[in-house]
Amino acid sequence: MSAGVGVDLENLWIRFGDFVAVRDANVNINGGEFFSFLGPSGCGKTTILRAVSGFLDPSEGNVLIGGKNMKGIGPNKRPTALIFQNLALFPLMKIWENITFSMEIKGASAAQRRKRADELLDMIALPGQGDKLPSELSGGQRQRVAIARALCAEPDVLLLDEPLSALDLKLRQHMRTELREIQQRVGITFIYITHDQGEALTMSDSIAVMRAGVIDQIADGKTIYNDPNTAFAASFVGENNVFRGKVKKVMDNEVLISTNRSGDLVARVSTANQGKMSEGDAAMMFIRPEAFTIAPTGAAGDHFVTARVNHEEFEGNAFNIFTEGEGGKEIKVSIPNHGQSFEDHTGQNITLEYETRNAVAVPAGELAAE
Amino acid sequence: MNTSFLRISIWVYLAIFFAYLLGPLVIMSVTAFNSSGFPRMSPWECLTFQWFGELFQDQRILNGIKNSLIIGAGTVALSVAMGLAGALMLTQIWPKLRATYYTIIIAPILIPGVVLGISTLVFWDRINRMLGLGADSFLSNGIFLTVIGQSTFIASYCMLVLVARLQRYDMALTEAALDLGATHAQAFRKIMLPFMRPAIASAAVLAFLASFENYNTTTFTFGEYPTLTIELAQKVRYGITPAISALAFIIVALTVFFALLNEAKLKRQELVAAARKEATVEELAGKIKLPSFFAGNMAAVLLVVFAVATITVVGTATAYNPAQCIADVREQKQLEAEQRIQELRKQREERRKQQEAQEAEQGEAQSAPKPSNNSGFGNVFAPNSLGGDGDDGASDTESEPSNNSGFGGVFDPNSLQSDQ
Ligand SMILES: Nc1ncnc2c1ncn2[C@@H]1O[C@H](COP(=O)(O)OP(=O)(O)O)[C@@H](O)[C@H]1O
Ligand SMILES: [Mg+2]
Repeated sequence: MSAGVGVDLENLWIRFGDFVAVRDANVNINGGEFFSFLGPSGCGKTTILRAVSGFLDPSEGNVLIGGKNMKGIGPNKRPTALIFQNLALFPLMKIWENITFSMEIKGASAAQRRKRADELLDMIALPGQGDKLPSELSGGQRQRVAIARALCAEPDVLLLDEPLSALDLKLRQHMRTELREIQQRVGITFIYITHDQGEALTMSDSIAVMRAGVIDQIADGKTIYNDPNTAFAASFVGENNVFRGKVKKVMDNEVLISTNRSGDLVARVSTANQGKMSEGDAAMMFIRPEAFTIAPTGAAGDHFVTARVNHEEFEGNAFNIFTEGEGGKEIKVSIPNHGQSFEDHTGQNITLEYETRNAVAVPAGELAAE
Repeated sequence: MNTSFLRISIWVYLAIFFAYLLGPLVIMSVTAFNSSGFPRMSPWECLTFQWFGELFQDQRILNGIKNSLIIGAGTVALSVAMGLAGALMLTQIWPKLRATYYTIIIAPILIPGVVLGISTLVFWDRINRMLGLGADSFLSNGIFLTVIGQSTFIASYCMLVLVARLQRYDMALTEAALDLGATHAQAFRKIMLPFMRPAIASAAVLAFLASFENYNTTTFTFGEYPTLTIELAQKVRYGITPAISALAFIIVALTVFFALLNEAKLKRQELVAAARKEATVEELAGKIKLPSFFAGNMAAVLLVVFAVATITVVGTATAYNPAQCIADVREQKQLEAEQRIQELRKQREERRKQQEAQEAEQGEAQSAPKPSNNSGFGNVFAPNSLGGDGDDGASDTESEPSNNSGFGGVFDPNSLQSDQ
């Protein structure tokens, strides 16, 4: 893979009047990387992308593409191509004209354009559809045309603004793989925006988790999932059970937390917060549903939780158990399905066990809205 | 019972409504083909096309049409450009100012055309003088002033049409074009302008029609370049001939033609779009099967009927010679006139006898000719039978035969001559 062109955001602030849409963002995106911004709707993802593509001037800070400061350079002069949230295909142009619009601007002949359009149509698996109008294609096809149109401009950086959000689930999953494949084939930098953590995790080399204009964490998917920096990152990415409480004791990289409703529990301090949590601090610990196992009844200690099973759900590959812990605390448990070995617990009290390294403690903070 | 009554009243209402709406146009169109020297439908004399010939020999009308076309073209160019600029401005302007801006830019529509005409004249005259130019300068030229004056409010109409379309424009399309390397000018020309094209065409047609029919503003600004409406207004002052009906007929026919053409085109696009949507991928990849122009296209059928009718009429017009008919009518009229003279003579004879018999009562003698007043040719002689009472009625009756009800003041002298 070629080295590619990187993108850097330096102390980037973007304000709309008094409203701060992006607060002091610092991001280094390597050339050739598939980088995602992941965050709930309205957190400022599109705003960042518009600043990179040149439609919006930062209030403060810099956008660097390939090490070059982009200040004062218009969108038509930047080596980026943006795939709009609503695709923005030109409705009156045929597909092949849409795809090769960037060539028309550069003065290419119709024959050259046709040829390139055919190559790109083959690549996006829509051969022979060049003479249709955008309105005659399905959502997924339009999606791919938008990608082809952007790629035709031969950008160094491709910017994608929630490109799959309008598609149905099946197609979305298919397009994930396809996008990743395309990225690896063309070898350019992709900056991808999504509010869907599944998309971010499956496709990205790196993910930036955003919350209300602030970037909480930048890391690869595994790290984000297993070692979140903040309560928001822990609760936004994947499903998690949260236990609130106070730090009771600090032991190296682990803390004992006196939880509000489930007794004293031990957890590993997330890497970014090690050495920063001290006794008496408000804290939160997160245990994923799949990190629990069912222990023999009567077992007790700082990594056991007792709960009463409300109901169970069979999902095929797993059983989801919805329990109610002490004080009405809801805990979700997910047990992989290995065949016949699972027994029904509805109405019973069970003891749940987890490994300390699978429970993450972070300072108390804002949680993602459900 | 109740519903059928309702249905019948709806039909009656519709009939009255359309008769009210279209009746005058139909009647005027028909009078263009009647050889009678005054535009009228009855009595029908002869089918003739002479009024069309006369129309195209009338230099003032032709000159008026020419001026109207020149001014119309100028107004279209200026109004559409200004309307588009205004519409674009509306989408760009700070949202809080939008309502105010809209009101200001729409205001000219509400201002009476007369005021616009006078103010245009006064304003440009001022400017002309400030620049120290003479009365023959470009700024006081009738065409310039009329285009400027009409555009003051026609541009607002155009803007309304264009804004409606512009509101459906996705600004992301312009951004996408910029993002793909286009300059702002290219994005405008290649993306926004094609999107606006249908609305621009509508605005242009609207502007042209508004300019063509305008009188209020133009009457102050036309200078040495009277438009068709101005010419017509001046002509009517000296009496109206069926040549004007012929002009009206041509305008009506052209309107119907273009309306049908437009309708047929739209319908066709619709059908093609539907066909493309229904077609499978393979069909499209191979060869698209377009529906024939006429399938399910009522307007297209009517258009063809219209075209055939036009060809027939033009063909008939070139071959047809109404001279014989006109001569017959003339003869007929002469015969009738003579007959009447005979009758009158007889009546007078009788009356004289009666007068001799009862000298005191003259009122009775007057009421006798009145009943013949209302029908067809009969009325022609009626007024004279009174006026010519007592002296040489024969010559009198012959000099005023075409005096008919309603238009008494503006009759055409032609029919007088044909009667003799
Ligand atoms: N042009 C603008 N003017 C004012 N506020 C804006 C503008 N664009 C975006 N915002 C605000 O900035 C925040 C972030 O928007 P955006 O970046 O579009 O969010 P998302 O993460 O869903 O893409 C939102 O609260 C939005 O209302
Ligand atoms: Mg967005």
